Amino acid sequence: MSSSTDTRTSIVWDYAPAPESADHIRLSDRYGLFLDGEFKDPQDGRYEPTINPATEQPIAEVAWAGRQDIEAAVRSAREAQPKWAALKDLERAKYLFRIARLIQERSRELAVVETLDGGKPLRESRDVDIPLAAAHFFHYAGWADKLRYGVNAREVAPLGVVGQIVPWNFPLLMAAWKLAPALACGNTAILKPAETTPLTALLLAEIAQEAELPPGVISILPGNGETGAALVRQKKINKIAFTGSTAVGRDIQAALAGSEVRLTLELGGKSANIVFEDAALDQAVEGIVNGIFFNQGHVCCAGSRLLIQESVHDEVIGKLWQRMRRLRVGDPLDKNTDVGAINSAEQLERIEVLVAAGEEEGATRRTIECEMPDRGYWFAPTLFTDVSPAHRIAVEEIFGPVVSVLTFRTQAEAIEKANNSRYGLAAGIWTDKGAKAFEVASALQAGVVWQNTYNHFDPTAAFGGYKESGFGREGGPAGLRPYVRIVS
Amino acid sequence: MIRRLPHVDRVGIEERAAQLGKRSIKTTAKQQGIRLAVSMVDLTTLEGADTPGKVRQLCAKGVCPAPTMPEIPSVAAICVYPQLVATAKEALRGSGVKTASVATGFPAGQVSLEAKLRDTEDAVQAGADEIDMVISREAFLAGDDTRVMQEIVAVKDHCGDAHLKVILETAELGSYDHVRHASMIAMEAGADFIKTSTGKASAGATPGVCLVMLEAIRDYTERSGRIVGFKAAGGVSTSKAALHRLVLVKETLGDEWLTPERIRIGASSVLNDLLMQYAKTETGRYGRSEDFSKE
Repeated sequence: MSSSTDTRTSIVWDYAPAPESADHIRLSDRYGLFLDGEFKDPQDGRYEPTINPATEQPIAEVAWAGRQDIEAAVRSAREAQPKWAALKDLERAKYLFRIARLIQERSRELAVVETLDGGKPLRESRDVDIPLAAAHFFHYAGWADKLRYGVNAREVAPLGVVGQIVPWNFPLLMAAWKLAPALACGNTAILKPAETTPLTALLLAEIAQEAELPPGVISILPGNGETGAALVRQKKINKIAFTGSTAVGRDIQAALAGSEVRLTLELGGKSANIVFEDAALDQAVEGIVNGIFFNQGHVCCAGSRLLIQESVHDEVIGKLWQRMRRLRVGDPLDKNTDVGAINSAEQLERIEVLVAAGEEEGATRRTIECEMPDRGYWFAPTLFTDVSPAHRIAVEEIFGPVVSVLTFRTQAEAIEKANNSRYGLAAGIWTDKGAKAFEVASALQAGVVWQNTYNHFDPTAAFGGYKESGFGREGGPAGLRPYVRIVS
Repeated sequence: MIRRLPHVDRVGIEERAAQLGKRSIKTTAKQQGIRLAVSMVDLTTLEGADTPGKVRQLCAKGVCPAPTMPEIPSVAAICVYPQLVATAKEALRGSGVKTASVATGFPAGQVSLEAKLRDTEDAVQAGADEIDMVISREAFLAGDDTRVMQEIVAVKDHCGDAHLKVILETAELGSYDHVRHASMIAMEAGADFIKTSTGKASAGATPGVCLVMLEAIRDYTERSGRIVGFKAAGGVSTSKAALHRLVLVKETLGDEWLTPERIRIGASSVLNDLLMQYAKTETGRYGRSEDFSKE
């Protein structure tokens, strides 16, 4: 065939730019705090810009809550809580169903704003973040009148007022993970979105208004780490739920030690993705890519420690590298983009520091060549081989599009290496043998174990960590337990 | 030959194939993609009622699919039964469009090896540039890989200069593991192209099947250095489906594969949908099916 002389057609084919339109977005220039069912100016008048990490352009100004605002929110939530809890269960459910439907109705807008504010590809905000956020509200709306069946057939009561702090990697989705079960159980909630990504939480506040949710049931208080620290130290809160870094989680736990405030933490990870020689290797490669390059690797359960059986190491690395080079890095709003912008300058620096450490410690680095925009924060997908378990890049969470590859010889060694981490959030197992998958899964110290897939989320499944990855579960009936106390 | 099946994960392959179906192909990319797809079409008629007259009309359509849109290229080949090869060859003379013929007891392949070879020889002697053979699913499903391979080797020997496309008829193989295994057997045996289906079975070139075969080609080519082509046939009846198959090729094998020398789309009805969609990119309106001749 290569000898064919047919030269009639020589057509070059590449995808034309396919940016999702942002014309339909109705963003305000300025967002206040969401308090008592209304948007309000902060007491100290502080507004900060939130920027688009793909362009470094400001998108809107957002109020940051100070101490007095937090106190006001707690008062409002406290006042609203008994009435909210006294509603018939089905009535509470109706509000949650309404919020879920409104998220669906505004899904296109929410997806674009999530991408503008956070830098993730539109493909992901459109196909993953927003639909899953709606699904969580639907799921917990369904539990609102069945709470006792979700918690071992016991009578339960709400905790009261809960403070919830969410990260910047899945802004709306994490807000949904936190708010939906809290509200279903009869609590009222004060949510602090992340410093760099407050916008979709504020749109969710608009949705709460549209759903006519009673004032005080949800308060949204944007701010930075100090705002979060102040919220945590509020004496009149009954529970804190935090998702974020292990360092901050440790600080929160220390602050709450000896108090009656309940706590759940969902923290960092260095999750092992284990590829056995009998796996379907092409699909394993897809799983590796999805495990580490999904959301630029800004995923707490990212499969950042890749463990490959030595017998197939070269083959898997060959396939993985070839696949990585086809990743389309660039404008997050383009519907064909696979890898978007790094969320912030600060995060980009953290990634660069750890990648430099990997090179210094002697691991072999390969980074794909791709054209990247002049402005914004970018890091091209990177693969480290010849990594030893002692290297920093094998131990520390990078939280970027960087995968560290280790090898193993036997099943026992795979388990030992996978568990040799201070984290224990998630793991992946790639094998065609059912018995092996079950054996390995039960030996792994990880809250979530995926077999022959990775980074799949579902509102019915519990999510949470072992060891320094935190405690408490979100999702499914297990996700109700942290928001109730057992009465009898 | 001891059969060692490769592993293909059904859920994983279908997810990946579906994900690539969401690539956004708009404006110039859509126009170029449609032109490329037209240039890869094996325009096919395989009916008991085929006559020389019908085949001549189909050839005219293949050489110049849309007289009002001269930028639309000719199709890659016209595919007919062996009896009609001479007619097609004559009608296509000088056009650059190839004449392809199904052979080897198409579509079931349930005839003796002698009959298959005779069928092939007839088509080649009548002037076929390309032979589309079917593998013996009867032997494959009985576990007799040796016979499957020997038959392909024998047919290839009888092809002379004609290119050999080997049809796996994936809908009858039962699993992606089998599709991948049969792809490897066909390539090892000397296939120039591997092809999904006859178009006569319950399913054809589904995205999952196409992706499994493209991955097999990628791995075989990398190992052997020999380039093998791919033909998606059966079930690709819309422009969207055709462009989805091209995306699978582009992101599995790369841009160098996007040529009619390496990729074909076997179909009878997709061509007019491609033309209608192309016209829409020009005029902004969907046309009617009567805007283009059936053959």
